Amino acid sequence: MSDTMHAAHGTGATGTVPPAIELRGIDKRFGAVHANNSIDLKVEKGTIHGIVGENGAGKSTLMSILYGFYQADAGTIHVDGKLCDIKGSEDAIAVGIGMVHQHFMLVETFSVLENVILGVEGGAVLREGVDKAREELRRLEREYSLDIDPDAVVGELSVGLQQRVEILKALYRGAEILILDEPTGVLTPQEADHLFRILETLKQQGKTVVLITHKLREIMAATDNVSVMRQGEMVAHRHTAETSPQELSELMVGRKVLLRLEKGEANPRDTILQVENLCVETTTGVRKVKNASFYVRAGEIVGIAGVSGNGQSELLEALGGIRSVSEGRVILNGQDVTPGRGVGPAELRQRGVAHVPEDRHRMAMVTAFSAEEAAILGYQDDKAYQKGSLLDWGKIADATRHMMDEFDVRPADPHLKAANFSGGNQQKLVLAREIMRDPDLLLVGQPTRGVDIGAIEFIHKRIVAMRDAGKAVLLVSVELDEIMSLSDRILVMCDGYIIGEVNAADANERVLGLMMAGVDPKQAEAEAGK
Amino acid sequence: MSDTIQLPRWIDVGVLPLMNLMLAFLISGLVVMAIGEDPSEVVRIMLYGAFGYEEAVGYTLYYTTNFIFTGLAFAVAFHAGLFNIGVEGQAYIGGLGVTLAALYLNWLPFPVMLVVSILAAAIFGAAWAYIPAYLQARRGSHVVITTIMFNFIASSLMVYLLVNVLRPQGSMTPESAAIDENLTLPYIHNMAAWFGIDMASSPLNFSFVYAIACCVLVWLFIWHTRWGYAIRTVGANAAAATFAGIEPGRYIILAMMISGGLAGFMALNEVMGVQHRLLIDFTAGYGFVGIAVALMGRNHPFGIFLSALLFGMLYQGGAELSFEIPTITNDMVVVIQGLVILCTGALEHMFRPRVTQMYTAWRLRQRAQEAA
Repeated sequence: MSDTMHAAHGTGATGTVPPAIELRGIDKRFGAVHANNSIDLKVEKGTIHGIVGENGAGKSTLMSILYGFYQADAGTIHVDGKLCDIKGSEDAIAVGIGMVHQHFMLVETFSVLENVILGVEGGAVLREGVDKAREELRRLEREYSLDIDPDAVVGELSVGLQQRVEILKALYRGAEILILDEPTGVLTPQEADHLFRILETLKQQGKTVVLITHKLREIMAATDNVSVMRQGEMVAHRHTAETSPQELSELMVGRKVLLRLEKGEANPRDTILQVENLCVETTTGVRKVKNASFYVRAGEIVGIAGVSGNGQSELLEALGGIRSVSEGRVILNGQDVTPGRGVGPAELRQRGVAHVPEDRHRMAMVTAFSAEEAAILGYQDDKAYQKGSLLDWGKIADATRHMMDEFDVRPADPHLKAANFSGGNQQKLVLAREIMRDPDLLLVGQPTRGVDIGAIEFIHKRIVAMRDAGKAVLLVSVELDEIMSLSDRILVMCDGYIIGEVNAADANERVLGLMMAGVDPKQAEAEAGK
Repeated sequence: MSDTIQLPRWIDVGVLPLMNLMLAFLISGLVVMAIGEDPSEVVRIMLYGAFGYEEAVGYTLYYTTNFIFTGLAFAVAFHAGLFNIGVEGQAYIGGLGVTLAALYLNWLPFPVMLVVSILAAAIFGAAWAYIPAYLQARRGSHVVITTIMFNFIASSLMVYLLVNVLRPQGSMTPESAAIDENLTLPYIHNMAAWFGIDMASSPLNFSFVYAIACCVLVWLFIWHTRWGYAIRTVGANAAAATFAGIEPGRYIILAMMISGGLAGFMALNEVMGVQHRLLIDFTAGYGFVGIAVALMGRNHPFGIFLSALLFGMLYQGGAELSFEIPTITNDMVVVIQGLVILCTGALEHMFRPRVTQMYTAWRLRQRAQEAA
C-alpha cells in the first residue's frame, strides 16, 4: 500500500503554492465502524480532484468532516496551508469551502435569487440585500456561464438547473473550494457533460473542485487527480492521465473485477407480459405513465432507461400491483391481471410475478425486522411458513438460512436485524426472497443502488441467470451502464411516455441520452451520428 | 453509519428500564426530602403497603389487573404504528357492554354468562375503537385526535345513559342496578377457599387470571401469527406492507379493534369483579396510565406485566403512604407516579446512547482480546 501513497501533485504546480486542502491523519469512528482510518489527502489549488470508492468506503464521512458536519476523532485540516478548526458548516464557509449535496437543499417555492441569499440576506430589510445580490448573481452567471434566470421559481426548474442553483449558492458565499457529492446521480448524460463543462470553467477561474463519485467514467472524463478509498482507508492517489478505469476499480474493490458483464445470446420465447396502453396516475391525479405499450418475453431482459422521475418508478409499481392503473390492460401469461381492479400484489405474486422494488428501505424490507422476518415479507401467508394458525419460526429460519447460503448473504444469521446488514447484503436477501420463488416474471428496480461493486457483479450474474433459465425480466435502472450491460432490449422513458425501443446490441450512450431527454429516436440517432 | 452492535435483550429490557426507574426514585427521594420527610421511611411504608401483608398484595394485584388490560390494549395498537389515546373511553364503553349483558341476560348460567360478558366487553370496546380506526384507515383522520374526542363522547354518553336510562327508579346516584350476585366474578380469596387455602379478602378476582391469559394470547398473536406479522409490518413500514400485499387500512382497523376489545376487558375487573354495578367514571384514568405501562414495558406482554405490577404497587403503596404520613398528600403520590412515567416513558432514551457506547466499547475490547 505504501508505494501507492505518494502525494498527488497539482497540474504544473511547483509545490511553492500550498495545497487548497490538506487533511492529515483524519480518523473517525461510529461505534464499531471505523469510517475513516487516518486519512491523508492533498488537493492542489486550481484542480479538479476526484474521490472514488464503493458505498461505505468513507468518502461522504470524510467530506462531512471537511464541511463540519462531523468532528474528526483525530487529525488536522489545513486550508491554503493554514490549520483550520472546522466545527460547523459556518466555519467551512468562512474558510471558503462550499458543498453541493447529493440531495439539494433548496426551497422549491422560492425563486433562484431568494434561495441564493437564504441565510445571508444581510440585514432585517430584504430590499437592499436583494438588489446587491442580483448584481452579484449576474456577475457570477456571466463569469461561469451558468445560464440561470434569477427570478425563476426553483421548483419549476429541471434537476440539472437546480444543481446549478446549488453551485451558485456556494459561489455566492465566496467558495474557493467546491465539494460535489455524487452530483450526476440525477442527471442525464448530457446534463452531466454540461456540469463538467461548468466545473472546467470554475477550474480555469482558479477554483478548486472536489468531486465525490462512484462512477469511474466521470473520474476519467473530468478530473486531474484521483484518490481512491476502500473500507475507510485512503488506498491510492493517482494522476488521472496515468491511470485506467480497470486499475481504479481494482483499487476500489481490492481485487480484480469484471467491468463488463459476460453474457450469452438471449433466447426469447413466448410473451409473458403484455402491457397495452397503460396509464398510471398518482393519488392527486397527476398522470405519470402515459399510454405505455410493450411486451416482455420469456428468456429476455427488457431494460427501461430514463432519468429518475420520468414515470419508470410508477410503471414498475403498477406492474407490481402497488399502484392501480387508470387506463389500459396488463396481460400475464394470456390472462388479464390489470392491477387495481381486484388485483393486488398478493394476487400477482401467486400468479408468478416477483418484484424487487426500487427503494430497498422504503419498500422492499422492514429494517426494524430480523432477517428471517424480512425474508418472508410478501410471502407471509404461504402455507409452508405456517403451523396451524401460527407462524413456524423454525421453518422460516431454515428457509432464511437456505436463502443466505444460496445468495451468499453475510453474516448468515437469520436472527440479526435487517438494518445491521450492509446494503449489498440486504439487497441480496431481497433478491433471494424473490428469485427463489421461481417466478415467471421478475420485476426489478435499481437492483444495485447502494450496493458495493463485489455484490453488483453477483447480482447482475443472478439476474442474467434468471433470463437464461427462461424467465422474463423487466429491469428499471437510472444507471445507464447497468441498463446497457444487462438488457437485451432497451425501452426509453421520458415524461411518462415510452419514446422508443433500442436493441441493446446497437445501443450507444449518446443516442440513449438524447432519447432520455425526450428527443425522438430517429432524430436522436441522426444527431448522435453528427 | 449506524451502530452495528445490537444491545443484548437483557440490557434493552432489563438494565435500561431499571436505570430509568432508579432515576425516578432518586428525584422522588429529593422531593420527599424537600418537604422534610425521610425518603427511606417513605420507601419502607410504600413497599410494606404494597407487599407487606396478604391483603396489600391482593390490592396491588387488583390494580395491576387494570393496568395489564389497558397496557396490552395500547401496545397492540402501537405495534400497528397507532397511538391509541382512547383506551380510557373504550374501557368505559366496554363497561356498558358488560353491564347490559349482566342485567338483561341474567337468566344465563354463570359459565355461559362468563363467556358472554367477555364477548360483550370485547365487542363494545372494539366497536368504540372501530369508528376512529375506520376514519384513520379510510379517511386519514389522525387516530390521536379522534380517540381523544371519542373519550369525551364516551364520557358524555355514559353520563346520559347512567342518569336517564340505566339508573334504577328511585335511586339518587348515577349508577346502574346491581348485578346478580351469582353472576359476578369470584374473588381470588374465595377461589382459594374452594381448595382449602385461607387468604385475606381483597378485591382481587378471577379477572387477574384472565389478564395473564391475555398477556400470553397477545404475545402469541403479535409475534406468532401472520396477522400479528402484518400488523407489525404496517406499523414499521406501511409502504413495505403495501408491497407485501398487506393492505394497511385493514390491519389498522384490526389492530384498533383488538386494542379496544382489550381495553373493554378492564370492565370485567371493575364492573363484574369489584363494583358489581356500572359506576360513573369507573375507568378513573387507568386507560391513560396504560399508555405509560405499555411504553415502559416496551409494548411486550411480559414487560407490560412487570410495569403493570410496578404501577399497581405505586397505586396501593401510594394510598397507604398518604394514609400513614399526612404531610405526603395524595397529590404527592401523584407526583411520584408522574416522575416514574416521565423517566420511564418520556425520557426513555436518556441513558440509551451512553449505555450503547459503553457496551460497544466493552465488546470491542473483548473482541480484540479474543483476537489476540
